[in-house]
Amino acid sequence: MSNASAREFNTVPAGNPGVESPLAWSYRQQKVSSPASAGVVLREKALLGHMVLRGGAIVLDEAVRQVLGMSLPAKPNTITRDEAGERSIQWISPDEWLVIVPGGEEFDLEHRLRESLGDAHFSIVNVSGGQTVLMLAGDHAREVLMKTVSFDVHPSAFPVGKGVTTIFAKATVVLRRASETEWELVIRRSFADYCYRWLLDAASEYGVDSQ
Amino acid sequence: MFYIHCPYCQEYREEEEFHPRGQGHLMRPADPDNATDEEWGDYLFFRDNPRGIHHELWVHSVGCRKFFNITRNTVTYEILETYPMGEQPTITAESEKLRKEQGVQTADGGWQTIGAQPDSRALNEEISS
Repeated sequence: MSNASAREFNTVPAGNPGVESPLAWSYRQQKVSSPASAGVVLREKALLGHMVLRGGAIVLDEAVRQVLGMSLPAKPNTITRDEAGERSIQWISPDEWLVIVPGGEEFDLEHRLRESLGDAHFSIVNVSGGQTVLMLAGDHAREVLMKTVSFDVHPSAFPVGKGVTTIFAKATVVLRRASETEWELVIRRSFADYCYRWLLDAASEYGVDSQ
Repeated sequence: MFYIHCPYCQEYREEEEFHPRGQGHLMRPADPDNATDEEWGDYLFFRDNPRGIHHELWVHSVGCRKFFNITRNTVTYEILETYPMGEQPTITAESEKLRKEQGVQTADGGWQTIGAQPDSRALNEEISS
């Protein structure tokens, strides 16, 4: 299952294919607003590299330490980040982790991980095209989340460095607390427009700066 | 709404994130080729429907997507414990009966969900709101 080279395929074509984020259509439909006193700031971290790692924690941890120089989060619902904060690994389930890296790095990373893992029992799936990251910040970001997700987003229940998969409106989201003021929402491509418009509506009472 | 303790996420989550998948601890006939029709019928179609303690299979479908077991009281809907796959319940109909016979009063509310492992005592405590 792990003979690397035979199973690798770079999904990004050579040259400049002119990629668009899953929210490109939404941006064209919605009027961009940026009031001076916005209570909520909404930004997309578009076109990052997303990968789902599955397998035993110990072998994957070794490989990830070797290739990325970060450890796999061992505790449920936690995230580890590199020093720059650009690369992160999130615990999704006892044998599943979500790796997010800057766009363009994912194919090389997958190759190196496969090499490092060798014949271990594992799976790496590049899901970059299937999801995108929204960043939510501002004084009222937590209020917006309180009426959107069922999970408790109070700082006592949701410290920085935590990440959970939970219900977002009528869709699902991987909700991550990146810093004291910043939340990251990993949303599905097919729900991106719905989530985006939901957030614009939910945040409209506080004033929303959406690009 | 219930708060259900997921033994894999190791925290309480909203009931909305879970999905019940019927009776737990079903065993497929060990030797399928030589199982009788009755054994297959029991395995495939017949389920317990007890009044009281019931062991069920649930899935944390929005979340870690793992299956686990819940011991639930079908009369009061009280969730007595949740435990991962492959483990046996600590609370059963017999143990509950024994408690009653010995005159031990069942705690109400406070121990709504307890883990199966002996070291998960902390889960007995009330969740701070």
